[in-house]
Formats: sequence, structure tokens, C-alpha cells
Amino acid sequence: MKRFALAAITVAFAGSLLASGAAPKTTPASVVKITLPGDLDFGYKNAPGVVLAQVNCLTCHSSAYVSTQPRLSQAQWLAEVNKMKNVYKAPIADADVPKLVDYLTANYGKP
Amino acid sequence: MPKRSHFLVGASTAIGSLALTGSAEAAYSRIMQPFENGERPLVAFPQKRPLIVLTPRPPQLETPFSVFDEGILTPNDAFYVRWHNADIPTVIDGAKHRIAVTGTERTLSLSIADLKAFEPVEIIAVNQCSGNSRGFFGPRVPGGQWTNGAMGNARWKGARLRDILAKAGIVAGTKQIRFDGLDKATLPDTPDFIKALDVDMARDENVIVAYEMNGFPLPLLNGFPVRLVVPGWYSTYWVKMLSSIEAIDHVDDNFWMKTAYRVPATPNNSVAPTDKGYPTVPISTMNVRSFLTNVKNGSVLAPKAQEIRGIAFDKGTGIEKVEYSIDGGDSWNTAALGPDFGRFSFRQFRAEITPKAGSTMTLATRATAGDGSIQVATPTWQPSGYMRNQIETYKVTIV
Repeated sequence: MKRFALAAITVAFAGSLLASGAAPKTTPASVVKITLPGDLDFGYKNAPGVVLAQVNCLTCHSSAYVSTQPRLSQAQWLAEVNKMKNVYKAPIADADVPKLVDYLTANYGKP
Repeated sequence: MPKRSHFLVGASTAIGSLALTGSAEAAYSRIMQPFENGERPLVAFPQKRPLIVLTPRPPQLETPFSVFDEGILTPNDAFYVRWHNADIPTVIDGAKHRIAVTGTERTLSLSIADLKAFEPVEIIAVNQCSGNSRGFFGPRVPGGQWTNGAMGNARWKGARLRDILAKAGIVAGTKQIRFDGLDKATLPDTPDFIKALDVDMARDENVIVAYEMNGFPLPLLNGFPVRLVVPGWYSTYWVKMLSSIEAIDHVDDNFWMKTAYRVPATPNNSVAPTDKGYPTVPISTMNVRSFLTNVKNGSVLAPKAQEIRGIAFDKGTGIEKVEYSIDGGDSWNTAALGPDFGRFSFRQFRAEITPKAGSTMTLATRATAGDGSIQVATPTWQPSGYMRNQIETYKVTIV
């Protein structure tokens, strides 16, 4: 495990130096640099209202925050949207709240 | 800072930029968690082996449970990951990192070298997410849908928080110590992730600011270069990338203390799904749990004498006893405990069973902690899905 972890860091360093194209500088051993995978968001279900979910929800979290939930009721999805708006201060327009809840309930809710 | 560029993530090279189309899903090996809507990809994040991805951004990665059968310490590259807000630094120079200590007689700015100048302390302690096992609550509750792998046991090395506070000097009237890390929210008004401990707890001899995990610097996703270690307490207090230690003269009222991470102040911290208006308190210490590590629910066993083994832990009163049952909890026998690595560590246990061919059995384990608390069969429930600790059962078939 220990060797694996160290190797991963080294690989990250080498990759970033090669990719930069600049003259290789000595990166201090104290620096840890990682690159998070950027292609893991599998997206919201393509259905009416999906653009609202993309615009309002992806700023702070990937779609898996929605898609991995158990099937929630409309009331539960409303509570979640209100929490995002009122507690986490997502700038969701008042008029969009019911539309977003409808999209979430239709695609990720209890049948 | 190439935050979202393509990187080495297993079989991802063919995916390209299909992030919003849904077809990227096929490229990863997947597992099925044992509840509705439980399919998850397994992906190796930087410094990590393939872990169960609950959410990629911010990352919530679960340790596959078989790891806990490999040894008493959870390897750094297998240790679970959980962040609240998505703006996580991906480049950190440990030599330049500083921890500001404020609200004290003297203001300090501590480097890692400064931390290492304090008397070093090592402690083996379990770090468990408050919501570990949330996916098993019934009725189901929203939140990170963990199975049982949002926990790990590591040897943490660092400086005692109380030594740091003594150097800074606690002023009269200090009520709590508040902790902040480098992570930030993507929106300016989202509450920053901040936690606080009562000053007496902050001065507990076991609370440390850790710069090593299992003999190495912490993986970045586990809080490099330093994180708070609060043995016996749920992980929400173990602030990662610790950058601020602030003494305050009041009980912290920020969102993550006042509103989030609260549990019912009821027996077993449990309520009925229809209950409303009950008092709540901030979550704090862990209740007692035990798990088999070499048997899964649904395992097929051979009809011969064999060992069953597992791990148990609690909030730090130590594991007094672990019992096992081969009849679903109707009768119990005492398992043998493994070596003691300290009262905050996983404690291994083992027993021998000889199942008969052609039968089915329900195995169960039940741990008793040093304070006399014991796991019970009755499921608890609370709306946030914290603190699950009922007796775990494992239906097995003998062929």
C-alpha cells in the first residue's frame, strides 16, 4: 500500500511536468499535487427539465448527489431543493423550484 | 491548476468529454450495493486504489469491506474519503502550509516543522463517518448512501492539540475551539465547513493535529498535510487540511454545528419516522459496533470447521467482549479477542464454527464495550441516518 501511494504521487508529478511543456523545474518534495478525475459525472437523465438540473445543481456537486439517492417522494425532493436554496444558498429562482421538484420526482422519485 | 483535466482513472481513457450524456458509465467496473438503486462505479482516485464512488464531486469514496479483513490498520490508499464542499485544493505545498492559532493570548502561525517540534504522539484510532451505513436505514433516508465502509483504522502521528493551545495560551472565558480547513464551497454564501469542540474536549490528551497516517503523510483526499484527530468521535470533527484553530468565547453557532450533524437527544438517539419536535444535540462519540470481515451476507461456506473473524470498536472505552451467534441471535457464544492496539482501535475477534452441509444459517455478532454498552437487534432510526449500530446479521448457505 505504501509503495502504491508513493508511486501514484510520482506519476502525478511526472505527468504534470511533461504536459506543461515548460522547462522542468524542480518541484519541492513537500508538494503534493493531484488531478481529480473530471469525467465521472454521468449526467442527469435527459428528460423535460434536465436543463434546470444542470444549471442549478452542477455548480456545487455532480449529478450522483441526486442519482444515487433512494427513490424519494415529491415532499422529500421539495425538502432537498429548499435545503439547497435556503441553507446552501444555491441561487435557484423561486419560479424554478416547483419545476425542479417535478423533474426530480419524475426521474428520481417514487413511482 | 488543471482541476478537471483527464487523468489516470482505470479504464477511462476512451471516455473523452461525454460528461453529460450518460454513456460514460459503461467504462468503469461496477458493483451492486445491497439496496435499491445501489449500482456504483469502482474508480482509483489519485493516491487511492479503486474505491466505491458514491459521488465524484465533491468526492465521497467508500472502502470495499473486504479491506477490513486484510489487517487491523486500513491502508492509506484504501481509506474512505468524504468532503462536503467541492472547492478542494489539489496542489498543496506542505512546507508552506500554516495553521493560524487565534483567539488566544498569543497568535501563532504553525508550520508542519513547528508541529513536529512538539512532543510527537502516536495513536491508533478509528475514523468513522457519522452516516456510515446510512443506506441500510429503513425507511431509507436521503444523504450519502454508504454501506459499512465509511470507516477506517489508522496509526495517527502528530502534536497534541492541548500542547498547541498551551503554547498559545487559553484566555479566560474560552468556551470552544473552532476548526477550519483549506476546503471551500463553490458558491460564496454556502456555509464553509467549520467544526467546534468544547474547550475541555479540545484539551483531551488524545486529540492531536496529525501529520502522519500509518507512517506516511496523509493522502491529499484524507486531509494532507494535517488533520485533526479526535479519537472516539465521529469523523465530522476530524477537520482535514487544518488551517485554523480559533478559540471562541461562545458556543459556535455556524451551520455545521447548529443545524447539521445533530442527533435526537432520545434513547439510543433514535426516533420514529413520524416524530417531530424532539430535542437534538450535536453528534459526538461513536456507539459500539462489530462486523464479520471474512463472511458476507449471502456467502457460501464449506461444510467443515472454519474460522469466522471480524472487527469491533466503540468510542474508546475499549471492547470488553464480542459474542457470535449461528442461529440468528437466539443463542450466543464468546469469540476470542485479538491483540489490543489501544482502546480507540479496531479490535479483532475470531471464532471457529463447523456448519453442516445442506443447511442455511444466520450468523450474527454482538459487541460489548468497556462502558457496558452493547449492540441490540432493534434497528434505530433518525432522519439524518447517523449512528447506526444494530447487530449485523449474515445469512449463509453451506454447500
